[in-house]
Amino acid sequence: MNHPYLEDTIAAIATPNGVGAISVIRISGSNAASVANKIFKGKVGLSAMKANSVHHGKIVNEQGEFIDDVLLTLFKHPNSYTGEDVVEISYHGSPLIGQKIMELLLKQEVRAAEPGEFTKRAFLNNKLDLAQAEAVIDIISSRTDASLRGARDQLDGLLSKNVTELRKSLLDTLSFLELELDFAEEELEFVAKEELLEKINNIINSIEGLLASYNFGKVIRDGVNVAIVGAPNAGKSSLLNYLLKESRAIVSSIPGTTRDIIREEMTYDGILFKLFDTAGLRASEDLIEREGIRRSNETIKNADLVIFLSDVEHGFDSAIFADLLNLVNRNKIIKVMNKIDLKKLHVNDDEIKISALTGEGISNLLKSMKFSATKNANYSEKSAIVSNVRHYNCLRRAKESLNKAANSINQKFSLEFISLDLRSTIDSLGEIIGTVTTDDVLNNIFSKFCIGK
Amino acid sequence: MSKRFDIIVIGGGHAGIEAANAGALMGCSVALITMDKHALARMSCNPAIGGTAKGHLVREIDALGGLMAGIADRTGIQFRMLNRSKGPAVWSPRCQSDRKLYSEEACQVVSKIKKVEIIEDSAEEILAEGGKVSGVILKNTGFISGASVILSAGTFLNGKMHTGLSSFVGGRYGEKPALGITESLVKLGFESSRLKTGTPPRLKKESINWDILEEQPGDENPKPFSYRTDIRHFPYLPQLSCFITHTNEAVHKILERGFSESPLFTGTIKGVGPRYCPSIEDKIVRFSDKPKHQLFLEPEGLDSDQIYLNGFSTSLPAEIQYEAMRKIRGLENVEMVRPGYAVEYDYFPPHQVDLTLETKKVQGLYFAGQVNGTSGYEEAAAQGIVAGINAAAKITGKPELVIKRNEAYTGVLIDDLVTKSTDEPYRMFTSRAEYRLILRQDNADRRLLKYGYDYGLIDKSQYNELNKRELLITKAVTFCNETKISAKVINEHLSSRSLPEIDSTEAISKLCKRPELKLDEILQFVNTTEENKMFATTLLENEQVLEQVEIQLKYEGYLKRQEEMISKLEKYESTRIPSTLNYLDIKALSTEGREKLNKIKPRSIGQALRLSGVTHSDIAVLLVYLKN
Repeated sequence: MNHPYLEDTIAAIATPNGVGAISVIRISGSNAASVANKIFKGKVGLSAMKANSVHHGKIVNEQGEFIDDVLLTLFKHPNSYTGEDVVEISYHGSPLIGQKIMELLLKQEVRAAEPGEFTKRAFLNNKLDLAQAEAVIDIISSRTDASLRGARDQLDGLLSKNVTELRKSLLDTLSFLELELDFAEEELEFVAKEELLEKINNIINSIEGLLASYNFGKVIRDGVNVAIVGAPNAGKSSLLNYLLKESRAIVSSIPGTTRDIIREEMTYDGILFKLFDTAGLRASEDLIEREGIRRSNETIKNADLVIFLSDVEHGFDSAIFADLLNLVNRNKIIKVMNKIDLKKLHVNDDEIKISALTGEGISNLLKSMKFSATKNANYSEKSAIVSNVRHYNCLRRAKESLNKAANSINQKFSLEFISLDLRSTIDSLGEIIGTVTTDDVLNNIFSKFCIGK
Repeated sequence: MSKRFDIIVIGGGHAGIEAANAGALMGCSVALITMDKHALARMSCNPAIGGTAKGHLVREIDALGGLMAGIADRTGIQFRMLNRSKGPAVWSPRCQSDRKLYSEEACQVVSKIKKVEIIEDSAEEILAEGGKVSGVILKNTGFISGASVILSAGTFLNGKMHTGLSSFVGGRYGEKPALGITESLVKLGFESSRLKTGTPPRLKKESINWDILEEQPGDENPKPFSYRTDIRHFPYLPQLSCFITHTNEAVHKILERGFSESPLFTGTIKGVGPRYCPSIEDKIVRFSDKPKHQLFLEPEGLDSDQIYLNGFSTSLPAEIQYEAMRKIRGLENVEMVRPGYAVEYDYFPPHQVDLTLETKKVQGLYFAGQVNGTSGYEEAAAQGIVAGINAAAKITGKPELVIKRNEAYTGVLIDDLVTKSTDEPYRMFTSRAEYRLILRQDNADRRLLKYGYDYGLIDKSQYNELNKRELLITKAVTFCNETKISAKVINEHLSSRSLPEIDSTEAISKLCKRPELKLDEILQFVNTTEENKMFATTLLENEQVLEQVEIQLKYEGYLKRQEEMISKLEKYESTRIPSTLNYLDIKALSTEGREKLNKIKPRSIGQALRLSGVTHSDIAVLLVYLKN
């Protein structure tokens, strides 16, 4: 059932994309407070908050791990922008943090807002005056055209082809079930439970494959965040400069939001790398520097990839490395040994040897960066890629309903119960590629099976 | 001075008699127009009532206070509950009927309804003035006036029958067609189209070699359709079996020889036939890899010497039918009483009626049954009772009856017709109902009896009895949730049935969730207090309550999910769209959406959501307009 979309609680980053001091995520709908409450740790829970009040607290993930310090504002309906319950979360303006918080929300009963949707709801709840009505309709209809174009583009894509096939295969399976339910009198070969289970498991596998492509899809869409970490004189700046020179297509050069973090973007082999040159990791007495380090740590924690840079003169610094391991998983780290032009020294096998001066070894580093960024994805040129968080969520729901269906089969539930779960799976997949009609199943039955006494 | 009635019903078939009955019980004077007063509720096709999803409809008609279930119970010669190996939602009652007795019983019942006057005549024209129906012109009687007219003419409107290349006009074998009505409605602005359906040959009973055929008997403990049927006298008639045989390749070869003279393949028949009930020639062509097709030999009645060959619907030349049948096992020496034929008839694509079955163009005019493009006695009857209630409600100032999709198959049926229209004969299937788990044949009274009572079709005692039962069900569910059974009491029983034992204690409701355990089995072990023991005994003695409680407990999770779906959509279903809304003015709608909305004119946002071609953005735009 993808109809009751106006009932859904929706969320989106409400401030312009990019790095700013503060960004805001807006959540609107009847679940707004309860979903925010699950990721917000403050002095009071959202249920105890007064309307229109601002609260300081932390955003944490399912494991209770810290994501960011935030200010949360709760508006209760009808006194909010949209007229519904609204929660606004102001976080430190990093796209990474924004994305993390959005992902935590979208795992719950929340979906990503469509363009203009907050305004649309505001209007429907009488929050905008009549004079604005026509304007709103124009917005909605122009958005429609844009989304239709988007939908068409996606229809050309591999993902929709893939999802269409999965949906077709489920429709065939469902037709078998419905055939048995509606044409009990007919002399037809009905589907065996084992066969049904096998079909369902095959589709689950395919969906898992698509879900696994999400990381890669994210890489394609959002790029890879790379933090360059190392001792002050290990040559981080020269590496950064060399990388940018090497990749002829420099996208932009964005000054860091703090004095200590420089962000640059480059593409290599079609992948966008966002490079962050971080400050040192060691604690400092200096207040300003301490703030710089705090931000560096934030950047490292949220990075997809960390280049740990040492140089042959000072050797591998295991103390800094140990600090680094507190912040980030080992398999995200690429160890790099710089300045090999100076002297040949014994280096560890797991280090990539480069010279940021002569460029020796840089191509190896780039290859390694690409490999690391994409290694977790089951990706080949021909497979479909999920890059959109809404699609990802639809697939996740599809998988959940299929698991329920498999469970019902194992518990020997009758076919009409299994049908219910297959139908929700088909609906979830249909949300990716377009609308679904219930007649599909009967049409399928009529065209495939010889029925009718 | 012409005669005046509150309601004029045209056609005394399954839809017509329900409409007449409902209207009369609600206090209206009713004229029932029929060409032959001995042919009321005649079964034109197979002599059976019910089946998957259709059985649900029969139970619903009964709960609303209709006639079909009772007549079927009194004239049934074989009763079966289909799908018994599946879950309760798809159990479907079906019966074979004595064709002659069914119609006779219907005549008996209708003739006893006080406010119904049966007029044996042929309707030729429906008249309307100023967008309102005024009456009907009958061939012999002349003009009769009516506040409402319900058209339930079945396959009779410009009916034409085909066997081979010969065709003859008529609504049913040996009966005249109804001419003029379609034309008068087209003049009033209605759109009509053609549909086709077929019927198989009727065979001589004694010419069949029964001994070599597979027998299909009815249920050992048959259950009636009607809540009002006295179980002590049921079944009323002796019970008969059906028999099964198959076609084979020799049969197919002979039939193929007739294809050049098939009205279906030569293009003589223009109407669209039902895909779920194809003719035998269609089956051979479309499923050419199948070497045989199943056929049922169904008795036409206790005293009848005729057999209905279900599965062999055909319009091929009679000689070909005859020759082919003689190659079928058991039919080697068969004699044909009457060949199969196809019938073509007019219908009015049903987007032209509203959810009350009143036409959108002419006030007071209602369509019910095959004229709306449906097929089947049950589908027709369900529409008949709804049209009858609504026609009478309008006259007596009662609120309209619109049954929702989450309340009944009847609601699904009418909503599908109105919202999607249809270009092939529409038959009900359980897979059409998105709330299938809730719309069961076992709870039709719990879903609909209140409407039957509200409109005066169900008497107070029956309604009170239901309310008492509802209280007991609620109490029983609580009891099962709160009452625990201890391990030492039940484990011995569980292990004797090789089922996993329980640890210390477990609630009845939890035990009941085990697929292998029945509620009555568990209730035997209630022994905590005297009061609990007594209550368990009460439940064990009340089969109806026990069944409802067991289903509720066993499938709780699934039922809850469906309830949640319903409440999520409720807001859309209850957001009304005024019928005066001019969609053509709303530029922001998509072109396809605008056309669809303008054609169907949905009455709620929920209905608009079901229209194909209407996008979510269209709905958003509509909501914006409704706000203004």
